[in-house]
Amino acid sequence: MKWEVVIGLEVHVQLNTVSKIFSGASTAFGAEPNTQASLVELALPGVLPVLNKAVVEKAIRLGLALDATINQKNVFARKNYFYPDLPKGYQISQMELPIVEHGKLNILVGDEEKSIRVTRAHMEEDAGKSLHEDFHGMTGIDLNRAGTPLLEVVSEPDMRSAEEAVAYAKALHTLVTWLGICDGNMQEGSFRVDANVSVRPFGQAEFGTRREVKNLNSFRFLEQAIKYETQWQIETIEDGGKVQQATVLFDPDSGETRMMRSKEDAHDYRYFPDPDLLPVRISNEQIARVRSEMPELPAQMKARFVDAFGVTPYDAAVLTGSRALATYFESVATASGQGKLAANWLGGDVAARLNREGKDIAELPINAERLSGLLVRIADGTLSNKLAKQVFDAMWDSELSADVIIERDGLKQVSDVGAIEKMVEEVLAANPKAVEEFRAGKEKALNALAGQVMKASKGKANPAQVQEILKQKLA
Amino acid sequence: MSLSHQDVARIARLSRIAVTDAEIDAVSRQLNGILGLIEQMQAVDTDGIEPMAHPQDVSLRLREDVVTEPSRREACQAVAPQVENGLFLVPKVIE
Repeated sequence: MKWEVVIGLEVHVQLNTVSKIFSGASTAFGAEPNTQASLVELALPGVLPVLNKAVVEKAIRLGLALDATINQKNVFARKNYFYPDLPKGYQISQMELPIVEHGKLNILVGDEEKSIRVTRAHMEEDAGKSLHEDFHGMTGIDLNRAGTPLLEVVSEPDMRSAEEAVAYAKALHTLVTWLGICDGNMQEGSFRVDANVSVRPFGQAEFGTRREVKNLNSFRFLEQAIKYETQWQIETIEDGGKVQQATVLFDPDSGETRMMRSKEDAHDYRYFPDPDLLPVRISNEQIARVRSEMPELPAQMKARFVDAFGVTPYDAAVLTGSRALATYFESVATASGQGKLAANWLGGDVAARLNREGKDIAELPINAERLSGLLVRIADGTLSNKLAKQVFDAMWDSELSADVIIERDGLKQVSDVGAIEKMVEEVLAANPKAVEEFRAGKEKALNALAGQVMKASKGKANPAQVQEILKQKLA
Repeated sequence: MSLSHQDVARIARLSRIAVTDAEIDAVSRQLNGILGLIEQMQAVDTDGIEPMAHPQDVSLRLREDVVTEPSRREACQAVAPQVENGLFLVPKVIE
């Protein structure tokens, strides 16, 4: 039987505020345990939550970027459960009236664009951390993370493969970092993904029973977990079993998912509006102001790159993978007037070198002005590709411009016909055997001769001209 | 609607409130009394009326995103039953 997988994602986006969602305690990562747990996070009697304005405005930002409805009246609710890293006994979240609803996010899978619906995004507080090891049978509690603001972004079950789910997660990751509302650091838990996965016979309208894979903190794990879970569900059904609704954990070491809790002991959260917090009201003016402060969005920038610089839609998608890369590309392409060349270099040599050194585009030692100086010299024929790479490497390790390095190291490409002719004649005279072979019909001999000329020129002769002149002389 | 003893026991467990077998009768009666009151209110026609999230018709005041709270770990942990390396210790919990 042919099966179809149905996936919906819930993503916890940690907002990059300096203080917590309901108190003035710091949100800095890596502090000594409990030094950033204020009386509000500790849930001491008599304290009251006061909402952080930046949380509301960052949520509006995302809502606008997802082309969603901003609920101008939205309400906080209590989600009740007992766990020691949540001293109040409830998490403040949003239930019936979230701040953002009915958005969409476009993804690119292969060459195909697909629109994924975003059901809602709501504001909530994070819990603290429980440490179960090494406390002689006790559990250690660190409440520094408690009260860190989160946006939980929930998609519709619109994805039909692990690849689509990863594309959606990556697009959302790009968007939240682009908007400057989240640092995007997945190792530190700033962007955590839960995947709801079910399977159904191909063509069937109703959904199968879903299992939720919790807390995937890398795109690779997301893909692995969905693929494993899909296979497991198909095999379970084909073996005559039934999928039970459950929450499962993904184990990166074994690549398997395992049950955390079944539906029977699923939590009953008994949500109700939080009486400590009044409804949040958002004015038209506030929305207009947030909109005016937003950067150009990746989708718009992508379309503009194709129009203005003639790059392919695929290259434009890669270049808008992060705001830093997009901004850098635009500066280089504008300054050099070489959009396609800039796209090729950023996707090729620059990306390769960054990769090799484990660096991010923001740490690129060559600024846009210097790189465009290099591209100009490639475009005007001063540098061959080979020489350009040599200049690029020298630029990486210095503060010098391409022109200064070309001058200093004598790397100008030789395009002077007279000079190349002279070298060709010398090579032909020195290699009578190769000349004979070529005349006898051995095409390969030409490459050997061209190689000799390039060597004689120390790699500086214009390769196309060398070929041309060789052919003329041998004709 | 009325709650069975079983319902009451479950709510008590979820709320971490100890209700003994001896008390469950009385607690059930009280809770059902409240539910009866709610039933009366639900008989009122509320079509077209927006549900109220808060009794006061005012909206939330927001605070600026600035750090105002210093660490008070020492004072807070001085009154905790057990601490170690800056952590609060609690009876072992593993889900």
